[in-house]
Amino acid sequence: MLDLVWLVVVVPLVSGLGLLVWGKEGDRVGHLVGTVASAASFVIGLVAFVQLLGRPEDDRSVADTLFTWISAGPFHVDMAYRFDPLSALFVLLITGVGTLIHVYSIGYMAHDERRRRFFAYLNLFVAAMLTLVLADDYLVLFLGWEGVGLASYLLIGFWQHKPSAAAAAKKAFVLNRVGDVGMALAIMLMFAQLGTSSIQAVNATVAGQASESVATALGLLLLLGACGKSAQVPLQAWLLDAMEGPTPVSALIHAATMVTAGVYLVVRSNGIFDAAPVAQTAVVVVGLVTLLAGAWIGCTKDDIKKALAGSTMSQIGYMMLAAGLGPAGYAFAIFHLVTHGFFKANMFLGAGSVMHGMAGPDGEGDVDMRHYGALRRAMPVTFATFGLGYLAIIGFPGFSGFFSKDKIIEAAFGESFWIGLAALLGAGVTAFYMTRLMVMTFTSPRRWLDDVHPHESPRVMTVPLVVLAALSVLGGVLVLGGWIEHWLQPVVGPSVHHELAVPAWVVSVVVTAVVAVGVALAWVTYTRTPIAQTAPADPDVSVLTRAGRNELYGNAVNDTLVVRPTRHLTRVLVFLDARLVDGLVRGLADRLGDTSQFLRTPQTGYVRSYALSILVGSLVVVLALLAVTLA
Amino acid sequence: MILSVLAATPLVGALVVTLMPRTAAAARSVKVVALASSLVALALALYVTSQFDVGAGGYQLTEQHEWIGALGVHYALGVNGIGLTLVLLTTVLVPIVLLAAWEDRLPASRSVNSYLAWMLVLEALAIGVFCATDAFLFYVLFEATLIPIYFLIGSYGGAGRTYAAVKFLIYNLVGGLLMLASIVGLYVVTARAGDPTYLLSDLSGLDVGTTTERLLFLGFMAAFAIKAPLFPFHTWLPDAAGTATPATSVLMVSIIDKVGTFGMLRWCLELFPGASEWASPVVITLAVVSILYGALLAIGQDDVRRLVAFTSVSHFGFIILGIFTFTHTATAGSTLYMFNHGLSTAALFLVTGMMVARRGSASISDFGGVQKVAPVLAGILLLAGLSSLSLPGLAPFVSEFMVLAGTFTRSVPAAVLATLGIVLAALYILIMYQRTMTGPLQPEVAHLRDLDHREVAALAPAVVLIVGLGFFPQPMLDLVNPAVDEVVTHVGVGDPPPRTPAELGGLTGAGAYVPEHGPHETEGGH
Repeated sequence: MLDLVWLVVVVPLVSGLGLLVWGKEGDRVGHLVGTVASAASFVIGLVAFVQLLGRPEDDRSVADTLFTWISAGPFHVDMAYRFDPLSALFVLLITGVGTLIHVYSIGYMAHDERRRRFFAYLNLFVAAMLTLVLADDYLVLFLGWEGVGLASYLLIGFWQHKPSAAAAAKKAFVLNRVGDVGMALAIMLMFAQLGTSSIQAVNATVAGQASESVATALGLLLLLGACGKSAQVPLQAWLLDAMEGPTPVSALIHAATMVTAGVYLVVRSNGIFDAAPVAQTAVVVVGLVTLLAGAWIGCTKDDIKKALAGSTMSQIGYMMLAAGLGPAGYAFAIFHLVTHGFFKANMFLGAGSVMHGMAGPDGEGDVDMRHYGALRRAMPVTFATFGLGYLAIIGFPGFSGFFSKDKIIEAAFGESFWIGLAALLGAGVTAFYMTRLMVMTFTSPRRWLDDVHPHESPRVMTVPLVVLAALSVLGGVLVLGGWIEHWLQPVVGPSVHHELAVPAWVVSVVVTAVVAVGVALAWVTYTRTPIAQTAPADPDVSVLTRAGRNELYGNAVNDTLVVRPTRHLTRVLVFLDARLVDGLVRGLADRLGDTSQFLRTPQTGYVRSYALSILVGSLVVVLALLAVTLA
Repeated sequence: MILSVLAATPLVGALVVTLMPRTAAAARSVKVVALASSLVALALALYVTSQFDVGAGGYQLTEQHEWIGALGVHYALGVNGIGLTLVLLTTVLVPIVLLAAWEDRLPASRSVNSYLAWMLVLEALAIGVFCATDAFLFYVLFEATLIPIYFLIGSYGGAGRTYAAVKFLIYNLVGGLLMLASIVGLYVVTARAGDPTYLLSDLSGLDVGTTTERLLFLGFMAAFAIKAPLFPFHTWLPDAAGTATPATSVLMVSIIDKVGTFGMLRWCLELFPGASEWASPVVITLAVVSILYGALLAIGQDDVRRLVAFTSVSHFGFIILGIFTFTHTATAGSTLYMFNHGLSTAALFLVTGMMVARRGSASISDFGGVQKVAPVLAGILLLAGLSSLSLPGLAPFVSEFMVLAGTFTRSVPAAVLATLGIVLAALYILIMYQRTMTGPLQPEVAHLRDLDHREVAALAPAVVLIVGLGFFPQPMLDLVNPAVDEVVTHVGVGDPPPRTPAELGGLTGAGAYVPEHGPHETEGGH
């Protein structure tokens, strides 16, 4: 199966394309075809994973070239893939969580007349995401990178009759394109400096011979790409808007897989980043800023999906931070990425289940947590699974998030006390906003709107929730005995442990204590005073809340610095093109015309005037001759 | 001989179409005959490709007859990989265009016979231009293409067609006049050196003084820069594309404008390599300006046809940038770009044309929510748009990235600025798509029909090629690589070797390339 691992991409790709061109007759079974394709991909991936597991440690990497993609002169790119411990983990995550979300979507999208198309897009997403992680060449990775971007665009804007959805989709694509400039330039720089974009060759050479300035430039350019894809500051502004997409999309693309691609990119490019301390510092800074910014935003949003999206930003910030720590953090970045994939997908799907249950008479799901409350009884399965995800994300001891976040904070303290402190603070804030979300949704008194009848979702939706909840609880086993560090060692090198001033268990205790404080604060704040059904107006809330609600003014900044100047520039240029550039051309034509008009005037057609001018001309000639002769 | 037959085929078709009765009853058979003759030409072009020895390089399938002995003018045809690529583009696009134009509403009193006949004449001339290996013959055919386009715009276009047609004609005639001066100059130069000649093979080794070379170069370059069009000589294009029928726009922008960039590659670089290198800083600057300027102007358009025209200004900027970088990577990219841009712009012009014909307006603000009633139209518009913004997986990405990567090795600032174009491209396509296709369905477009079978059949080949060549561009690259290598070697600049070549020991294929010509070490830096 290892030789056929590329089939994991081909199966969903063919299925996705087929579903797109299949006519109306495909509507009845399209969703099943899509789900089976994703499941088949998972099975292939699982078999390949097991086979890889069975190989000796130094032989756990299968690379092959399917065909030559581009070859012209010195420019050569192979359609090459590599199945190694890192990509194998991703294959399982993408196809596993992906398949569960396909199943869930059968129920969630049951009443949508364009369900077949939805599944086609999901399939295409899975294919593109797998291309991204299996690529053995940066340009092939870029193919997957843009492929997931396209799928994200199509799925955010899936309900494109809503102007807000269409706008959000475009915004996501454009901000990602800004990041892509970085990616594209990085690949060009690889060709210019190293003559190849093969991931292996580039990383090996940069780590070995290339100058540090090249490594730094590559690292910073790749980071720009990662910021776009992973919604990290300063390219974060699209993620909250992206919640316009159907909730399974938010779970799969904007929580579990695609948005973590930036982290994957940094870890995969470890050869480059290890050789570029400046770029590593930049990754750490970006991660830290985003982890705090996302948590801040998460505390203030009443929209359940946006609160979760803020949380996603923040958790990816943790992963970035870990990835920026180098060999001390690579394995833990990936570990947190995997556990986050479980619990965040779980909670997003849970939120979808809640919205589904809270749908008003018009069938539109309600996302405002101020209209929720007391759903614990109405939706017991959703509550239980969501609760397990909650315990995982805040890092309740024994749950997956406890292990994965703990490791990152530990590594951060190993790097610097202040970085560790900021990461620790983030854990406390995470506990706060997640508890707020739980209280507002499930445990506080009911604040339902009229004509709303909360009910548990159908089995096809709750079964994936149960599976994901189980994974959220148990995901921590990956770190037992240092398995994940060991497993990833062939890719990222041996894990480095910095000596801490205190034993590791002290850090764990401190983290748990900070989390407990966050939980308690939120519990007190949101249970002591009743929650209003409508949010207090902006002037009535603190500056901090206002800033969080406005997503820390990221949109305003983009608007002022980029959007409006571009719009003005465009208008000015349109004006100038017509008046100046074309004006010059037309002016030239007009002057020519005027000159002709002027020259035309003597051509009157009257014989007498011609006779007169002949006479005058003759006189002039005669006089001139006379003057010459006489002189 | 086969090239002459190929070029003559559409001409025969045009003749037959002209002689057929001009009644409404005969219109259908007229269209069938026109389409059939373009399909025969396509079949012949494929046959030519099969006869072409890809590995051998050089000009093949040549034919040569003396035409005007006193001036040293020959009727000489021949194709290399670059010329053949454009011949293929021409013969692939014309049947698509004819099928898409099946129901074009023409101004009253205009017959479909001459409409289609002009298109076929244009096809024949285009094939001739791409095959000509005699500068004089090239010039004559180059100028002759103006006639069919003038009539196609002036007789069959929409409102403002006369102004646009005259503007097109005069603008291009001015360029042609400057080229004529250089053509005369070539006679003087070659006559002085011995026998006058216009044969490419004789001219490409010509040694003239630096000043003369530059002057001759400028004459050619002016004509090509207007044709391509390069900023600031572009203003005729939006006017022409804004009034012409979609079919005319495709023939003009996808095929005939390529004569400009093709001419730079064949005539400027082959005949005047020194002058081309001399002019390259200015040309590269103008190309980068074209990329950004065209994109920004496209964002600002409300007329969807003018929007597409401005995207082409941007795309031609990329092609010219790649040509004047003189690296193998970028030149191969530019050649491929000409083919890919032809496909993607054809799809874009045709599908927007179908939108415009249905709505009776080309204004973007007159649409909204069309996706709801016409999902197939929306899907193809999006795909054509994504190919225009060079999404990886679609054909134009490969060529655009090669141009950028090849440019980067020579000029980092030019490559960085050009790369910003990819963000602007996302804006001009997605804003247009958002405003026309998404959002609530506007009542004025609620009745819009989706594409019918004929329209889908017309667009399908372009769509299939756009996707197929995105993943498998290599057959095309194999075709152009030897020719590109000859041009690049001829100019003598070439690809700077990588600073720190990666160790590719156990890795596949990459790095097998060894430049045959010694690139100048000193110019690799940045």
